[in-house]
Amino acid sequence: MAFSNEQLTRYSRHIILKEFGIKGQKKLSRGRVLIIGAGGLGSPAALYLAAAGVGCIGIVDADDVDLSNLQRQIIHGTDDIGRPKADSARAGMLAVNPETEVRAIRAFVHAGNIMDLIRDYDFIIDGTDNFPAKFLINDACVLAGKAFSHAGILRFNGQLTTYVPGLGACYRCIFKEPPPPEAVPTCRQAGVVGALAGVVGSLQAMEAVKYLAGIGELLSGALLTYDALTTTFRKIRLPRRADCAVCGALPSITAPVDYAQAACDLTL
Amino acid sequence: MTLIVAGTAKEYPDGINLTRLIELEKVETPMYVTVALNNAFVESGGFETAVLKDGDTVEFLYFMGGGR
Ligand SMILES: [Zn+2]
Repeated sequence: MAFSNEQLTRYSRHIILKEFGIKGQKKLSRGRVLIIGAGGLGSPAALYLAAAGVGCIGIVDADDVDLSNLQRQIIHGTDDIGRPKADSARAGMLAVNPETEVRAIRAFVHAGNIMDLIRDYDFIIDGTDNFPAKFLINDACVLAGKAFSHAGILRFNGQLTTYVPGLGACYRCIFKEPPPPEAVPTCRQAGVVGALAGVVGSLQAMEAVKYLAGIGELLSGALLTYDALTTTFRKIRLPRRADCAVCGALPSITAPVDYAQAACDLTL
Repeated sequence: MTLIVAGTAKEYPDGINLTRLIELEKVETPMYVTVALNNAFVESGGFETAVLKDGDTVEFLYFMGGGR
């Protein structure tokens, strides 16, 4: 498949990069990324990946756009209030790049659907806002042998890591199991700066681009932390846990599991 | 003794354990923090017996659940 003149122009700033070239752009156009959560992290990730020419993007979210989302969820506009986020995000991506195949999936992720949801994709972006979903995505990606980007944000801080099968720690290596509901603060209670979500979600998109194009080094085996108030980035090397319940030598988790969720925090 | 805590070298009383360091560093939600000592995870039941020595590197990893 050759690029049209219009495509060569659209992606010219990629193609001119010697690490990228036509070859890298072709890899993107054949790439498939699933973004779970069309929120603070998912919005910038979706816009950048659509703009970059990723061939197929799935976007999963069960919620509708709410006025309180718009401070950070930049793929949605004021006119989208009340509309399903997956549909609104799809429209946002197609407005940037109509060539992208976008699949809007209006669903919550759970142990019963996660393996089917991730099956068709090369790379998964966790843009969810709760621990049961984050552990579920981790376990499913480890079990299916899929690379994914984990990220979390709170107040003025963010963190992310990239899991690549066979290389480096998974999310469960670090945190073992979800904290009890209400044990640690959530964005809803504690707040979060919109631009922080933009920084971290854009880093997730960058990881997906590198993975698909096969360039650079992924954030695997390390946790990148970002303190927005002091503008400090730190890359913390992560050990693997040999006895990790999902990626360890003798895993006790061999299928996705659902964790109980506090009712007031019921989102993805 | 000098410890490197979250990337910064600082002076601490000799022979303190991880439990004391967590207090001194005013770690938020100490029940749910993951600790890496010299690039190895320490089980939360092992903070008391983890006595620190000069030059040790300690990282605190926090649950961060937000995203939307
Ligand atoms: Zn693991």
